[in-house]
Amino acid sequence: MTMMERTLKEVQEEIVDDFSMYDEWLDKYEYLIELGKNLASYPEEKKTDDRLIKGCQSRVWLDWSMEEGRLYFSADSDAIITKGIISLLISVYSGRTPEEIAADDFSFLGRIGLKENLSPTRANGLVSMIQTIHTAAESNL
Amino acid sequence: MNVEELRKLFPALSETVYGKPLVYLDNAATIQRPASVIEKWVDMTERHNANLHRAVHKIAADATEEYESTRDAVRAFLNAESREEIVFTSGATASINLVAFCFGEAFVKPGDEIIVTEAEHHSNIVPWQMMCSRKGAVLKVLPVDDEGHLRIDLLDSLLTDRTRLMCVAQISNVLGIINPVKEIVNICHSKGCAVLVDGAQGVVHTGADVADLGCDFYAFSGHKVYAAPGTGVLYGRKELLDAMPPYMGGGEMIASVSFSGTTYAPLPGKFEAGTQNIAGTPTLKPALELAEALKDKELTEYIDRVRDFVLNALLADDRIKLYGVPRGTSDKIALFSFAVKGAHHEDMALLLDKMGIAVRSGQMCAEPLMDRFGVTGMLRASFAPYNTMEEAERFLQSLDRAITMLV
Ligand SMILES: Cc1ncc(COP(=O)(O)O)c(C=O)c1O
Repeated sequence: MTMMERTLKEVQEEIVDDFSMYDEWLDKYEYLIELGKNLASYPEEKKTDDRLIKGCQSRVWLDWSMEEGRLYFSADSDAIITKGIISLLISVYSGRTPEEIAADDFSFLGRIGLKENLSPTRANGLVSMIQTIHTAAESNL
Repeated sequence: MNVEELRKLFPALSETVYGKPLVYLDNAATIQRPASVIEKWVDMTERHNANLHRAVHKIAADATEEYESTRDAVRAFLNAESREEIVFTSGATASINLVAFCFGEAFVKPGDEIIVTEAEHHSNIVPWQMMCSRKGAVLKVLPVDDEGHLRIDLLDSLLTDRTRLMCVAQISNVLGIINPVKEIVNICHSKGCAVLVDGAQGVVHTGADVADLGCDFYAFSGHKVYAAPGTGVLYGRKELLDAMPPYMGGGEMIASVSFSGTTYAPLPGKFEAGTQNIAGTPTLKPALELAEALKDKELTEYIDRVRDFVLNALLADDRIKLYGVPRGTSDKIALFSFAVKGAHHEDMALLLDKMGIAVRSGQMCAEPLMDRFGVTGMLRASFAPYNTMEEAERFLQSLDRAITMLV
C-alpha cells in the first residue's frame, strides 16, 4: 500500500494544502460535497444505534475494526457535507495504528477552518466524530 | 412607514456575515430588537436599577413605575379586561408551565382530559404530559391534515365532559398556518372546556386580542416580539387565575408569612415570586408600541407581497416540498418550512449560511409533527416585517444555488 509510505502528518499537510487553494467557504463546501459523494458505500446492516454518533442534526454512523495492528474506519451520514468530512477523517486515520491516532491532536481540522466553522453549533457532530475515532484508538492501545 | 424606514430602527440589520449583508430569516426563533428596546434596556440598567415594590427610595419607585406601567401597556395591547389578568413570566414556556401546574392543581382530576394539537411546539406538549402524569389525566391529540391544517372537524368528537383544557398555537412555528382559534374557542366553550392559546408566533404576526379570541389563557415570549429575552406574559381570565394556587413560593407573592400559615398576595403578584426581570420586562412597552405601529397599511401590504412572492416561488418549484400550504390568502404568514428533494436540511442550512442567509434547520422543537410528515427535519425561512423583497429574492437565488450544489 503506497498510502502507508506517508506519515499521518504528511497526509494532514496535503489536506491543509488542498483546502488552502479555496478562499471562499462555498468552494470548500463544494470540495467536501465532492468527497462526500465519492465516499465508499457503507453497509445498511451496520446502520445500528450503537454505531450512531450523538450530537448531530444529521445522522452519522461510524464503524471501526482492527486488522493486523491497524484501525480501519468506515462511516456514513444522511447529510452530504458531513459525509465529506467523514471522508476526510477516514483518509487521514483509517489504516493507522492506534498509537499514531491516540497521539494526534486533530489540530489539522482547525487549520483548514473546519473546527471553527462547523463544530460550535454541534450541527454536524464533528467533535463527536473525533471523539469516537480517538476512543477507538485509546481502547486498542 | 415603509420598510426602509423600519429597517433603520434595527441595528442588527446592518450586520454583515462572511463579508455579505446578513439576510436574517430566523425570526420565528427570535426577532431582532429595535433601538428603542435596546435603549430602554440600557436605561433600566443604568438609571433605574432597583428592586421592585420593596423600597421607598426614588429609584425603586421609578423601577416599579416602569414595571407596572408595562403591565398596563400589555393589558391594552391584549385588550384584556383588567391588569390583574396580566402575569409577567420569563417567556411562553414559563407561562405554559405555570398554567400546566396551577390549573392542574385547581381543576384536573384523575381521568380528566387535556387536548393538544399535533402541530404544537414542545413547550406546548411536554408541560401537559408532565401535568397529565402528575394528575392521572389523559392527553389527547388533535391531528393536522396533509396540508398542515388542523382537523377541526374532529374536535367535537375529541371533547367529552371530562375535557378540561384545549391547548393550541395561534400560529404553528413550523407550518405558519393561522389556526382558527375563535372557532376552536367556540366549540370548546360550548362543551365547558377552557382554551389556552400559545401566542409565541401569533403575537407578532396577527396581534392578540384576547377579548376577540375569547380564550381563557394566552401565552407569549417577549423576545419574539422585539422585546428583551427572558421576558414573557401570561394572560389568564381573572376567575381562573383567582381559583388557581400559586406556582412558586417566595418574595412578593405573599400577603403575610408566618410559621402557622402564609397567605398569598392578590393577582397578579400571587404568580410573580422572587425578583423579576427588572431591566427586561419594561422593554415590552417600546416593543409592543412598535408591533402596534406595524399594523400600518403600507407595511402590511408590503409584507403580504413578500409572503406571496416567496410562497408562489416555493410552490412552483418541484424540487421543494412545502409543509403548511394555505387555503386562502389570509391563513398563512411568511414562515416557510420545507424539504428539498434529495438534499439534507443541514447541508442546505450550512450552504445558505455561507451565502449570508440565516435560516433554521432541524426538528424545530416539534418532533411529533416531523414524525407526522415522516421527515427527520425541515428547513425553515421565517420572515419579519423588516425583511425586504430584495432579501426574499436573494434568499430564493441562494436556495437555487444551494440545491444545484447538492442535488
Ligand atoms: C409556537 C411556540 N411556542 C412556544 C415557544 C417557546 O418559546 P420560549 O422558548 O420563548 O419560551 C416557541 C418558541 O420557539 C414557539 O414557536
